[in-house]
Amino acid sequence: MSTPESLVQMANQIARNLAVQGEARAVAATADHIRRFWDPWMIRRLAEAEPETAGAALDPIARAALLQLVMIPPS
Amino acid sequence: MSFAREPDLGTPASASTETVTLTLDGRRLTVPAGTSIMRAAAVAGTAIPKLCATDSLAAFGSCRLCLVEIEGRRGTPASCTTPVADGMVVHTQTERLARLRKGVMELYISDHPLDCLTCAANGDCELQDMAGAVGLREVRYGPGADHLGQEKDSSNPYFDFDPSKCIACSRCVRACDEVQGTLALTIAGRGFASKVSAGLASEDFFGSECVSCGACVQACPTATLTEKAVVAIGTPERAVETTCAYCGVGCSFRAEMRGEQLVRMVPVKAGKANGGHSCVKGRFAWGYASHPDRITSPMLRAHIDDPWREVSWEEAFAHIASEFRRIEASHGGHAIGGITSSRCTNEETFLVQKLIRAGFHNNNVDTCARVCHSPTGYGLKQTFGTSAGTQDFESVDAADVILVIGANPTDGHPVFASRMKRRLRAGAKLIVIDPRRIDLVRTPHIEAAHHLALRPGTNVAVLSAMAHVIVTEGLVDRDFIAERCETDAYADWAEFVADPRRSPEATAPLTQVPAETLRAAARLYAGGGNAAIYYGLGVTEHSQGSSTVMAIANLAMATGNIGRAGVGVNPLRGQNNVQGACDMGSFPHELAGYRHVSDAQARALFEAEWGVKISPEPGLRIPNMLDAAIDGVFKGLYVQGEDILQSDPNTRHVAAGLAAMECVVVHDLFLNETARYAHVFLPGSSFLEKTGTFTNAERRIQMVRRVMTPKAGLEDWQVTLGLARALGLDWTYSHASEIMDEIARLTPSFAGVSHARLTEAGSLQWPVNDAAPEGTPIMHADGFARGRGRFVVTDYIPTDEKTGPRFPLLLTTGRILSQYNVGAQTRRTENSRWHGEDVLEMHPADAEDRGLKSGDWARLASRAGETSLRVAVTDRVAPGVVYTTFHHPETQANVVTTEHSDWATNCPEYKVTAVQVSPSNGPSDWQARYTETGRTARRIEPSPAE
Repeated sequence: MSTPESLVQMANQIARNLAVQGEARAVAATADHIRRFWDPWMIRRLAEAEPETAGAALDPIARAALLQLVMIPPS
Repeated sequence: MSFAREPDLGTPASASTETVTLTLDGRRLTVPAGTSIMRAAAVAGTAIPKLCATDSLAAFGSCRLCLVEIEGRRGTPASCTTPVADGMVVHTQTERLARLRKGVMELYISDHPLDCLTCAANGDCELQDMAGAVGLREVRYGPGADHLGQEKDSSNPYFDFDPSKCIACSRCVRACDEVQGTLALTIAGRGFASKVSAGLASEDFFGSECVSCGACVQACPTATLTEKAVVAIGTPERAVETTCAYCGVGCSFRAEMRGEQLVRMVPVKAGKANGGHSCVKGRFAWGYASHPDRITSPMLRAHIDDPWREVSWEEAFAHIASEFRRIEASHGGHAIGGITSSRCTNEETFLVQKLIRAGFHNNNVDTCARVCHSPTGYGLKQTFGTSAGTQDFESVDAADVILVIGANPTDGHPVFASRMKRRLRAGAKLIVIDPRRIDLVRTPHIEAAHHLALRPGTNVAVLSAMAHVIVTEGLVDRDFIAERCETDAYADWAEFVADPRRSPEATAPLTQVPAETLRAAARLYAGGGNAAIYYGLGVTEHSQGSSTVMAIANLAMATGNIGRAGVGVNPLRGQNNVQGACDMGSFPHELAGYRHVSDAQARALFEAEWGVKISPEPGLRIPNMLDAAIDGVFKGLYVQGEDILQSDPNTRHVAAGLAAMECVVVHDLFLNETARYAHVFLPGSSFLEKTGTFTNAERRIQMVRRVMTPKAGLEDWQVTLGLARALGLDWTYSHASEIMDEIARLTPSFAGVSHARLTEAGSLQWPVNDAAPEGTPIMHADGFARGRGRFVVTDYIPTDEKTGPRFPLLLTTGRILSQYNVGAQTRRTENSRWHGEDVLEMHPADAEDRGLKSGDWARLASRAGETSLRVAVTDRVAPGVVYTTFHHPETQANVVTTEHSDWATNCPEYKVTAVQVSPSNGPSDWQARYTETGRTARRIEPSPAE
C-alpha cells in the first residue's frame, strides 16, 4: 500500500469510528483527532494524495474534516 | 558488601489489626493477633530452629524442630503452627527442648550425605545451620536403610534435583502449590518411601508440568534443589537489589554476585510487585547478558552491504553527528527521528526523546508502545483522564470477579498470574474473553465461570453486548454514575448500547459467542461484587484497539468498579518499561507526563529547562516514519533497544522504509534484525550494567542498579549523552539520578521522585507529588483524573482485513512463557529448550481439511507475505482460527501480518490477519534467503591487530 493509500485508509478509519456521533460532530472530531495526532506532513500528503490513491476515496466525513484542516478543492 | 540471605521470619505475617501481648524467654512482646510464636520470636530477634517453615508459605508443622514450651500447656507444641495468645508465657530454649531438637536433627542427618565441604550449598544450607544451632556433634545411628545414592535429576537447564539430600519437608511442594499455583510437585509414596516427585514417576523435571519459576529452589532448605550456576560458580559473596528487565510485572530481585560475575537472581520477598516470587525468565534467563553474541564495540559502515568496522566511541559519535547534520542541512531537521525502547530505563528514554526534540526541533520520536499499548494511552486518557492502569497488583486479592480479556497472564505475566490464581483458588469467579482457550480457563483448582471464545476482531461487539445486558437489565451503578461521571455522556452511551442491535442475540452470529453465555458473563461482572478487568494485547492490537479500551472503561464506570481495591481497569504491559517509556514523552504528540505538544504552558516549562524551542506540532509515529522514508522525506533514525524489523508488522514494508534511509543508528545489545539496515551500531548495556528506573504495569517506579561494569564501557544513558554532546548539545549529566531529577522538575506526576527517595521507599507508584507524597496505589479513588469520568460511544466497525476464498482463516499472534518479545534475550538462553521455534496452532478440523498433522511443515500465507513453520494441532483454538508466536526471526511471523492498524493510534492489527495454510516441505525460499542475507549483514571486518 502506498503512502497516499495508507493515509486515505487511516483518515477513513478515523471517520468511520467517529461517525456514530452524527455527521457534524464527527467531522469536527475527525479533524481534531488528525490535528492532535498526525504530523503536518501527513496532512499535507493526504491533501495532495488524491491522484495517487489508485481509486481509494476519502469518506465524506474524512473529506470534510480534511477541508477543515487545509483548504482543498472539492471533487 | 558481605553476603547474607534475606531474613526468614518462619511464617507469613498476620493481617490482623488487633494485638496480643505475650512473654517469650522472659521478654514481653506485643504482636498482631494470629502471629505464630515462631514469627513473634523472630521479630524479637530469637531464631527458633526450623526446617519446614519459611515465611513465604503457610505453617506446616512437620519437621518437629521448632518445638517450644508454653507454661500451662502440656507437651512441646510446634511454634510455627501455634498462634500467640494474650498472657502466654513461652520458653524457646530449655534442656528438654535442646534434647528433643538434637534428637530430631540426629535423625535427619543420619539419612543425609555428609559431603558438606564439597556440597554446592556449603555455607548456604539451612540443614547445616540447624545442625549447628542445636549443637549436633555426633550421629549415633549406624548404617541401615536410607535415601542416599539416589540418581540426580539434572534435566532442568537451570537447577538440579538431588533426592539424596531431600529431607521431605515439603517446602518445594508447598511453594509450587501456594506461591506458583502450578501444583506440578507432589510427595509420592508413603512413610519411608515418601519422595518429592515432579508429576508421574516416569517424568523428570524437564518433562513435567514444572514451569521453572524457581519457587521450589528458593524454598528448599538443603542442596536438594540447587541452581546449576551455584554448582558451577560457588556461593555468592554480595547481593544488590534491582528490577527485572523482562515483562511489565517488574519483579524485584537480588542480583547475587561473586566479583563481577552474576551467580543467581533471587526474588526479593519485600518486592511490592512480586512478593518474593519469580518466573523462568527473570529468575533464570539472564545468560544473554554475557552471551558471546554481545557486541562490545561501536561499529560503522558506509553502506548496508559492507561489513562492519569497529571504531572508537568518539569516532562513532562524530560520524553520527556529521551524518545527521548533513541530512538536516539537505532535507531539514524533520528528516530525522528516534525510537525509544520499553526495555530501557526511564532516564534513557527521556534522553532519547530530549535528543530529538532539543537536537532537531521536531517531535519525531516514538516508542515500541506504538505496537502494543498505545491504544491504552489513548483510551484511558479519553475516559478517565490519564494513560495508566488504575490499580496496584495487590488489588486483585480483593476482587470477587476477575475478567481477563485479550491477555494470557500465565504466559505473559506469570508472577502476577500466580497472585491472580491464588485469588481464584480462594473463590473469586473468572471470566475469560479470548479466541483461544488460554491456560487460565482450566488449570489446577481453577475453572473459568465463562469463557467467551469470540471471533478475532469482535471485541467491541462483545463488550457492547455486555453493556447492553448491564443497561437493559438495570445492573448499572446509578449512584456512581451520578456522582462521578458525565451524565449526558452516560445517557448517550446507555441509549446506544441499549439498542436491540447491540444485544447478545443480535451480535452472536458475528461474535460467535452464544447469547446466554454472554448474558451470564455480563450479569456476573456487574453483580458479582468487586469486579476487576485485566487486559492485554488481545485488546489493543486491533483496528479497534482504542475503542475496545474505551469500551472496557465504560463497563467499569457503568458498574461502579473504579476507585477502590478489588476493581479497576488494568492493562498488563508487555515489556518491563512500557508504562515508563510512555510516561517519559516518547510519543510524538506528547511531552513527558502526557501533555500534548500543543500545550503552550507545558512547552514553556521544557523550553525554559532545555533552552530550546519545542515544536508545537505532532511528529511522525513509527509507521509514518517508514512511509515518509519510502516517500524520500525521512532520512535519519536513532533506534535504541528496539528491533522494529522483527517486531513491527509487514516486515517487507519496514525493510523498504529502513533501506530508504541514509543513516540508521541501532543501539542494542546484539546485531538484531533491524541492524541489517543500520549504518552505525552502538553497543548497549544490559540491565545489570546500568543505573536507572523502570515503571511497571501498576505505575510502580523501581530502581535498576548497576551490578557489573558495562561490557562496552558506557551505560546507555551515557551513550545518548555522548551523541548529544557530539551534536553540540550542552548536556552535563554525571549520573542517571540527575536525569531523574530533571524528569521530576518537568513532570507533575513524578514531582516527588528521585533515586534517593526510591531507595528509601523501595518503590513508588505515580502520581508522587505534594498531594500524594507516598505515591498512589489506586487511582481515581475520589474523582477521575479528568474530573468526571467520560463514557465514550464505541461503535463496532469491522476490520478491513477480510477472510475469503484465498485467505479463509484468521491468524492471531501472541507469546509463550519461556520466550520474550522478539526473543533477542531469551533465545540466547536455555529457555529455547522449551520453545526452540515458533509453531502454528491449528484446530483439528482445519488441519484435517488440509492433510496436516502435528509436526508437519506448513506454508502460512497472507496478502502481505508468507512463511513456513511447523503445525501443532490443538482444539485450544477455534475452527477457522490459527495462532503463532513471533519469537524467532527464522519464522518472521510479521512477514505475514498486515499494515492495518488501530484507527486512533496506528497500533498494528497483529491479532487479525486473513491467511491460508497449506502443506509445505520446509522453510520457504524466502526464509533460506533471509538467513543467508543475515549472515552477510552481520560480517565484521577483523581489526588490524588481528
